[in-house]
Amino acid sequence: MAKKILTTPISAEDLEDIHIGDVIYLNGYLTTCRDVAHRRVIEEGRELPVDVRGGAILHAGPIIRALGDDRYEMVNVGPTTSMRMEKFEEAFIAKTGVRLVIGKGGMKDGTMRACRDHKALHCVFPAGCAVVAAVCVEKIVSAEWKDLGMPETLWTCKVNEFGPLIVSIDTHGRNIFEENKVIFNQRKEEAYEAIIPEVRFIK
Amino acid sequence: MTKEEAVSRLTDTIAKFVAYTGKCLPDDVRAKIRELAAEEEAPLAKAIYECMDRNQKLAVERNCPSCQDTGAVQFFLKCGAGFPYIGELPDLLREAVVRATKDAPLRHNCVETFDEYNTGKNVGTGIPSLFWEIVPGRDDLDLSTYMAGGGCTLPGKAMVLMPGEGYEGVTRFVLDVMTSYGLNACPPLLVGVGVGTSVDVAALHSKKALMRPIGSHNSNPRAAKLEQLLEDGINKIGLGPQGLMGKRSVLGVNVENSARHPSVIGVAVNVGCWSHRRGHIVFDRDLNYTIDSHSEVDF
Repeated sequence: MAKKILTTPISAEDLEDIHIGDVIYLNGYLTTCRDVAHRRVIEEGRELPVDVRGGAILHAGPIIRALGDDRYEMVNVGPTTSMRMEKFEEAFIAKTGVRLVIGKGGMKDGTMRACRDHKALHCVFPAGCAVVAAVCVEKIVSAEWKDLGMPETLWTCKVNEFGPLIVSIDTHGRNIFEENKVIFNQRKEEAYEAIIPEVRFIK
Repeated sequence: MTKEEAVSRLTDTIAKFVAYTGKCLPDDVRAKIRELAAEEEAPLAKAIYECMDRNQKLAVERNCPSCQDTGAVQFFLKCGAGFPYIGELPDLLREAVVRATKDAPLRHNCVETFDEYNTGKNVGTGIPSLFWEIVPGRDDLDLSTYMAGGGCTLPGKAMVLMPGEGYEGVTRFVLDVMTSYGLNACPPLLVGVGVGTSVDVAALHSKKALMRPIGSHNSNPRAAKLEQLLEDGINKIGLGPQGLMGKRSVLGVNVENSARHPSVIGVAVNVGCWSHRRGHIVFDRDLNYTIDSHSEVDF
């Protein structure tokens, strides 16, 4: 199967044939954006200082080496837990027009609605694989909101075949983690029933 | 060796060791991940394990931390009462973290609470965390190091059960964490379970359980049995790597315990992600050291 590669700026049509469980890659620009940046945009009503319309954000706090003269090197950049941004993501996608939200683990109803209504995807980059991700970063092109410190600064990167990105929420209203959870919870009950007769230590 | 030279040597060794643990996983974790990866057949699970393997090789090649979240550094000390530098340890451990932060480099992960600013050095009020045990009659320092990342710290949970809920309640508590927050915490997970009286006691046990090697067992046969039952049970849920489904879920389950008040069962869960950055180093009084967590260590 040919490698599916998206290039920013991404259009709604680009995402039509992509479904949960698909593996895709990204060319173009990617901005790291996490907890406090989401809070500023939604709760504080500030404008994101980077235009991500048709673009991609990565829930991540990288390790950066400062090279002087406002130049930086990406040491490593793995994804962080996306669920922390769930509270803001629906409004964030609507307001910024971002098409690709990359992170780790699942997200919930708000993000699902936004992905369906505004045509965006949530993808998982294999977490803990921060060096694989850094190798895909050609260069850091800007750093905004540096007052937030190294992990929370908006680092905009030019990326080359950034991935693998596993599609967890698609534009058709499906969510791989929520679908898996139904199965996991069913198996959990079976596991519980199998364990309890063995652990009646209080008699 | 003057005291000043000794403190400098100890600081330097610990700084290098902490930096090294951010780059290379311990032997037991690497072996277990290889074992779990070999069992997977689903293309997605296989692809994720391949990505993990490539990442660990790249980290060594590029001499950088393998995960961007190098955690808040925690130290678990079993310090002989006669260890000659016991009084210097709090200051020198902080200094070691500052140095590792610059040299590795580690991500800046220390935010002062309430004032809400990042100190930029990975040290602050109570960070690094020091958990002390003073061991009478000894003169060595047994030190476990841990990078407590955000993702694997988030599922941490403790509560106090009524005795009527029994170990059945303990089982329910652990399993529920696995399918809620555990899913997002970078499985396959190492699961630490603490059982005792109050939440503070149970929580500390659950973290100390994560300092035990994978495959080790609680010395109490019933606690060891619970470890195995939980491991098998959670594996049957099939979280797979990254919670995207697979044959197994965990690196292991370790239970630590102490006696309890008759009216309560305190229970806590702490998890370690697949990138379980634990280190173990022992110094004798002359500062000769042995590292048993990482056999290929070089610095």
